[in-house]
Amino acid sequence: MSTPLTTEERSVVLEVSDLSVSYGKVEALHGLALRVHRGEIVTVIGPNGAGKTTLLSALIGLLPMRGEMSYLGERQSADRSVEQLVRQGMTLVPEKRELFAEMSVGDNLLLGAFDRYRAGHRDQLETIDHVFDIFPRLMERREQMAGTLSGGERQMLAMGRALMAKPRLLLLDEPSLGLAPLVIREIFRTISQLRKTGVAMLLVEQNARAALQVADYAYVLETGSVSLEGPSGTLASDPRVIESYLGFGGRQ
Amino acid sequence: MDLQIALLLGQDGVTNGAIYALLALALVLVFAVTRVIFIPQGEFVAFGALTLASLQAGRLPGTVWLLLAMGTAIALIEGSAAMRARRFRRLPLILLINCGAPLLLAASLLAVSPAELPLLVQVLLTLMLVVPLGPMLYRLAYQPVAEASVLALLIVSVAVHVTLTGVGLLFFGAEGSRTPAFTDVSFEVGDVVLQGQTILVIVASILLIVALYLFFERTLYGKALRATAMNRTGARLMGISGNLAGLLSFTLAGAIGAFSGVLISPITTIYYDSGFLIGLKGFVGAIIGGLASYPVAAGGAVLVGLLEAYSSFWASAFKEVIVFTLIIPVLLWRSLKTRHVEEA
Repeated sequence: MSTPLTTEERSVVLEVSDLSVSYGKVEALHGLALRVHRGEIVTVIGPNGAGKTTLLSALIGLLPMRGEMSYLGERQSADRSVEQLVRQGMTLVPEKRELFAEMSVGDNLLLGAFDRYRAGHRDQLETIDHVFDIFPRLMERREQMAGTLSGGERQMLAMGRALMAKPRLLLLDEPSLGLAPLVIREIFRTISQLRKTGVAMLLVEQNARAALQVADYAYVLETGSVSLEGPSGTLASDPRVIESYLGFGGRQ
Repeated sequence: MDLQIALLLGQDGVTNGAIYALLALALVLVFAVTRVIFIPQGEFVAFGALTLASLQAGRLPGTVWLLLAMGTAIALIEGSAAMRARRFRRLPLILLINCGAPLLLAASLLAVSPAELPLLVQVLLTLMLVVPLGPMLYRLAYQPVAEASVLALLIVSVAVHVTLTGVGLLFFGAEGSRTPAFTDVSFEVGDVVLQGQTILVIVASILLIVALYLFFERTLYGKALRATAMNRTGARLMGISGNLAGLLSFTLAGAIGAFSGVLISPITTIYYDSGFLIGLKGFVGAIIGGLASYPVAAGGAVLVGLLEAYSSFWASAFKEVIVFTLIIPVLLWRSLKTRHVEEA
C-alpha cells in the first residue's frame, strides 16, 4: 500500500464525533464518529439509503447537524456555512455532479477556482493546466458545453472543478455512480494518484470493492450508524463485509 | 400616416425601446440569479432621473437621505450581528462602508454646488447616489428571505415598490422634472431629422449591453452570476454564496435602472411614480423572453417601444392598454409552446 507517513503528515484533517442528522423527526444519521488524516483516503461504504450522501452534505454544511466537528484542528460551530468551509479548503464533488450545464468545460473549471480568485489568488491558469494533466480528456473538450459531456467526462469535470479549488479535503460522493466499469477503473486510478498531492479524501461509495482497493481506512455505514471500521485491507477480508458487499469469489 | 411620420414614430419607439430593453435585461438577470421579480426596478429609473434633475436645479437630492438611512439600518444590523459573534474587528469596516461612504458623498454634495458641475460629473454623482440603493435593498429586504418561494419574494417586491414610491413622493414632491437635452445636434437624413438625443440614447444602451455581455462572458464574477442562475447548489459548493450573487445582481440592476433614468430624463417628464409604468414595459419585454432569454427579452422590449409609439399615433387613449395586452398572446404562446418539466 502507501509508504509509511511521519507523525507530522499524519495530522488529522477532519474529525467528527457523535454526529447526528435529522430530516424533521426522522434521524438519518446517529452518533457517527470518523477521522481523516492528511494525504489519506478514507472510504465510507454501505448500501443504498444508509445515509452516505447525507453524511457528506452535513459535513460540507448543506444540512444542519448536531455533534462535534473539527476541521484542520479548528472546532466548527453549528452555524458554519458552506462558503466558510470552501474558503478553508473543503470541497465536495456531489453525487449529482451539479455542473454548470450551459457553460463550457473551461468555464466550469475556472469557476472551481472562484473562491481562491476572490481571496486574491490569481493562479487559476496554472491550476487549470495541472487539472488538464490529470484529466487530458477535459483539455480536448474545454470549449464544449458541460451538458453535452458523457457520464464519465462529467464525473471527471466535477472532480477537476473541485481540484481547481486546491482542496485540502476532498469529499467524493459516489464517483462511480452510473459509469461503465472501464471508466470507473480510470476514475479510481485518478483518485489513487491524487493521494500523492497530499490531499485528504473522504470517499463515499456503493462500489465497495473499488473503494476498498483504493482506500487506507474504511467505515461501513448501515442504517445511519457505523457498523464496522478498520484498515481497508482488514475490512476487505472480513467475512461480514465479503458476504454483504463484495460477494463470493472476487466476482466484479 | 406618411413615411415621415412613420419614421419619426419609429425613432421614438426605438429610443424608448432601448431603455425598456435595458430594464428587461435587469429584470431577467435579477430573476435568474435570485428568483426575485424585481418590481421596484422602475423606481431606480425615477430616482435616477429625479436625482439628476435635483442636482441640475442646485437642490440636494432626496436620495442622499435614503442612502444615509438605509446605510445606517444596515450598519445597525451587521454591527449587532458582529457584536454577537464577538468579531469586533469587523465593526470599523461595516461603519465605513455603510455610513462613512454615504456621509462623505453627502458632505461633498454640500461642499460643491452641483448645478455648476459639468454634465458628466453630475451623471456620475447621480449614479453614485442611486446605484448603492440596489445592493442595500437586497441586504435589507431580500437577503433575510432569500430562500422563500417566488410568490413570497414577489410580495416583498410589491411592498418595496410601494414603499419606494412613497419615499419618492416625500423626497422629490409631486412635481415632475425634465432635464435639458444632452445635445442639440440633429442630423438630416433625406426627409427625416435624426435627433442627436435619440442617437445618444441608442448608442449608450448598446454600449451598456455590450459591457454587460463582456462582464458575463469574460470575467469570473460574471461567470459566477451565470453559474448561480444555472445551478445554485453547484455554485454554493464553489464558494459562490447566494448573498454574494444577490448583492452583485442587485448592484447591476441598480446601475442599469439609474443609468436608464439618466437617459430618459431629457425625453419625458418624470414624476416620483413614473418609474412603475416604465419598469412594467421592460417587464413585458422580459416576459416575451420568458424571464430567461436575454436577447429575446431585449428584442421584445424594443417591440414594446415600437408598439407604444405607433399606438400613441393611432389610438393614443389606448396606448397603455395595447402595450400591456401584448402580454396575453405572449403568455398564451409560451404556455402552448413550452412543455412543463417536473423537477428531478
